Amino acid sequence: MEINNNQFPQWEVFIQTKSGSPFEHAGSVHAADKKMALQNARDTYTRRNEGRSLWVVPTDCIVATTRDEEEEFFDPSLDKTYRKPNFYKMPKGTNNL
Amino acid sequence: MKTKDALYNFCLRLADNNLVLGQRMAEWCSRGPILEEDLALTNISLDLFGQAETLYEYAVLLKEANITADDLAFLRNERQFYNSLIVEQPNGDFAFTIVRQFLYSTFARLMCEALMNSNDESLSGYATKALKEVKYHFRHSSEWIIRFGNGTEESKNRAQFALNELWRFTDDLFVMNDIDHELISVGISFSLDDIFGQWNFAVQEVLREANLFTPERFNVIKGGSNGIHTEHLGHMLSEMQYLQRVHPGAKW
Repeated sequence: MEINNNQFPQWEVFIQTKSGSPFEHAGSVHAADKKMALQNARDTYTRRNEGRSLWVVPTDCIVATTRDEEEEFFDPSLDKTYRKPNFYKMPKGTNNL
Repeated sequence: MKTKDALYNFCLRLADNNLVLGQRMAEWCSRGPILEEDLALTNISLDLFGQAETLYEYAVLLKEANITADDLAFLRNERQFYNSLIVEQPNGDFAFTIVRQFLYSTFARLMCEALMNSNDESLSGYATKALKEVKYHFRHSSEWIIRFGNGTEESKNRAQFALNELWRFTDDLFVMNDIDHELISVGISFSLDDIFGQWNFAVQEVLREANLFTPERFNVIKGGSNGIHTEHLGHMLSEMQYLQRVHPGAKW
């Protein structure tokens, strides 16, 4: 992962735009420590009032699926249309649900 | 001295600090040590420009003459600028810029906290809004100081060098003249002597954590608030004001 080793470690940035809404991945930053990671995230991703709260996570702490696992993880759900809510009739007056 | 004239001059002093330091920080644009820090330095610059604009606009209002905030920024000469000497010092290396920011932001934070109690509503409003930004500038710079001091031998040496070089300009932050005395007497401003102790304490606290030494006071230079500057301000202004001087009234 570490191609250019004169860089600070990488962190993933998650932003919450308003109280109660989910934290969403915004991108990544490089930083030497936790405090710097938060500040760099703030300066890089919230300059235009995008956030109310920030998470930063060391990139190597993120556990991710790999390409090899894609088929067995995700393909089985392809033909399970009955898991989708399309077959339920919407009651009248709930157009905006 | 009339209160209104004193207040006008005081606004210029506060605004000039922000404008001059903002311009210095803008010089880092595209030259930051890493991308994220480049953004951080220029964010600070924009905060400072914003603060300067608020204060120049207020000064224009007080003056009741046919001038604009841009005139104040771009058409005054060096001797008509009242900023502290420390903010006009050239950027040097990254450590030098951060130490300058730290020493000034510590001062600006205390200044804003005190001005929040001003009986001038525009100034107290400015201070309340600016304090949020200034606190962040203090946080950003003080944490870097601590990293420098506890980092490598080189980072420690560079931070200590910057501190030694800039220390003689710090007394200048606390110089008062007739303007201060007038504004203190009417409850608009406050005595800078009152915040000197707090400034010293806040600075020492960070330096201790950073394992850096407090330099000796020698070769102290003062004069900013009276329009007496080091040789660096004139060069900076000639670059900053070039466009308005060559093409008066040019608009973006």
